[in-house]
Amino acid sequence: MGIEVVVEGLTKSFGKQNIWQDVSLTLPAGEVSVMLGPSGTGKTVFLKSIIGLLKPEQGRVLINGVDMVNSSERDIMETRKLFGLMFQDGALFGSMSLFDNIAFPLREHTRKKESEIRRIVMERIDIVGLLGSEGKLPGEISGGMRKRAGLARALVLDPQIILCDEPDSGLDPVRTAYLSQLLIDLNAQIDATMLIVTHNLDIAATVPDNMGMLFCRNLVTFGPREVLLTSDTPVVSQFLAGRREGPIGMSEEKDAATLAAEQLADTVPPRTGPRTVVPQLEPSPGMPVRQGALRRRERVMAMMGQLPEAARTAILDSYAPAAGGART
Amino acid sequence: MTAPMPVRPPEPPEKLPPPPGPGATTPSAPEQRRPSRLLAPLRETGKLFALAVAVARAIFRRPFQVREFIEQFWFVASVTILPAALVSIPFGAVIALQVGSLTQQLGAQSFTGGASVLAVIQQASPIIVALLISGAAGSAICADLGSRKIREELDAMEVMGVSPIQRLVVPRVLATMLVAVLLNGLISVVGTLGGYFFNVIMQDGTPGAYLASFSALAQLPDLYISEFKALIFGFIAGIVAAYRGLNPRGGPKGVGDAVNQSVVITFMLLFFVNMVLTAIYLQIVPAKGS
Repeated sequence: MGIEVVVEGLTKSFGKQNIWQDVSLTLPAGEVSVMLGPSGTGKTVFLKSIIGLLKPEQGRVLINGVDMVNSSERDIMETRKLFGLMFQDGALFGSMSLFDNIAFPLREHTRKKESEIRRIVMERIDIVGLLGSEGKLPGEISGGMRKRAGLARALVLDPQIILCDEPDSGLDPVRTAYLSQLLIDLNAQIDATMLIVTHNLDIAATVPDNMGMLFCRNLVTFGPREVLLTSDTPVVSQFLAGRREGPIGMSEEKDAATLAAEQLADTVPPRTGPRTVVPQLEPSPGMPVRQGALRRRERVMAMMGQLPEAARTAILDSYAPAAGGART
Repeated sequence: MTAPMPVRPPEPPEKLPPPPGPGATTPSAPEQRRPSRLLAPLRETGKLFALAVAVARAIFRRPFQVREFIEQFWFVASVTILPAALVSIPFGAVIALQVGSLTQQLGAQSFTGGASVLAVIQQASPIIVALLISGAAGSAICADLGSRKIREELDAMEVMGVSPIQRLVVPRVLATMLVAVLLNGLISVVGTLGGYFFNVIMQDGTPGAYLASFSALAQLPDLYISEFKALIFGFIAGIVAAYRGLNPRGGPKGVGDAVNQSVVITFMLLFFVNMVLTAIYLQIVPAKGS
């Protein structure tokens, strides 16, 4: 079972520039969460802060009792072995073949025999669809392949927490769909806590149990996916619809004058009824039931009273067809 | 300021905290003291020392990266041996010729051997080692680490729970140290032979006097300090190269600048350290026969 990640009051600045402030959220154990946000809102910085690569000035990130911000370097190093991080561009070692890249964590942290390493690595290579390329160097393959190889490397130690930095960038829609399915299947198999940082709406709509959004140096919301998907907050609805009209401008925020003019002109199209929530992806046939989804169901049912009306209806709808979340 | 200040939209009253105005944008500002510009060099020096300490501690931490160490050792040796040998012959010759003509004027020709050998072993040899280790090996190490850094490879390594200092820096520093010591031996031998050859063949010195004065003036501690210097130089060259490589400033050009700086900084440090070590050595080790 995955590990819960608790983020409390995190604030990060680079010099004078504040990236985000007072971000608090909990990634529930074994569930899939997505962090949305326009480009340049510090999503990647958030990911790197969770794993301790960047040190926020304030706040804590608690994993198994270890604070990834302030604990000793040794504890942080140990805790990092629980993580699998998929970098935006793969971050493969340029001097090693794909096989050696993916075998690297195994060779560093385990005492497995070379034959066993080979078996595990080839299995992961097969999962991400790179069979036949294992001998190539990262410089000799396409960006999408590097990304998938990065995922394979993140998976090789059976991590408890998987962080994905924009898994879709550089992939075509079909491969993105496959990757979404792959992430859900993985979650069903190893029950890891997952956090996906993206601005891809397909992934956001179909993959996560929970969703959050960063905008304008703040965490707008974080909660069950239905809350964000049915939200009326202008930032969220603009982002999910991919419209130009709304608070998000080309350079992150619009100035007040433009915004006022927009409201005067009434360019925001009227909403036509509540947004429909696309059903979440299910594990492929033959995969075990997602334990995270079962736990989430209990958790969400318990917090039902605090949720907005629209989210409540959407949640009840999604759980209506068959108990246990096993839709067909 | 021509562009209007970005102002947050008036709506979302309940979900979003109050708009961060110009004063509120950096709530942590009062706690962070603005670092003084004057102290910047001290800060860099401090970080360099911190890295040196971290590396020194990581040397004793298991598992030791044998494979990486051997690869790096081989690499450093292969880029330095030939230039070292080629540089040391003329260097030994220059010293022999200079000392030879000077002693001739003073009428102390029989001491040419001792004087030139001491100069080669104590000064010339460690300096040549320093130049080659920092110029050939240090620059390569700095460029390698720097490009790994900007490609996020080092981040990826840290994320996998592997310390780049232990995995990459320690083998490189140890390799430069060991190569420096061995190279120093090679240069001493080649330089001395070169000096002998030029003194005996070109200046009609007598082989017997050359060798006799050699054993009259030179002593074993001269060799020890020479090797000790080389060891320290190797360490400094490795640390400085690693430090600049681990902290390049922005993009590929930053890596180029870092390599440049690493070589210049190492040169300056090594000449300074050489002076200090020589002064201390001459104070504490009595000259032979005195």
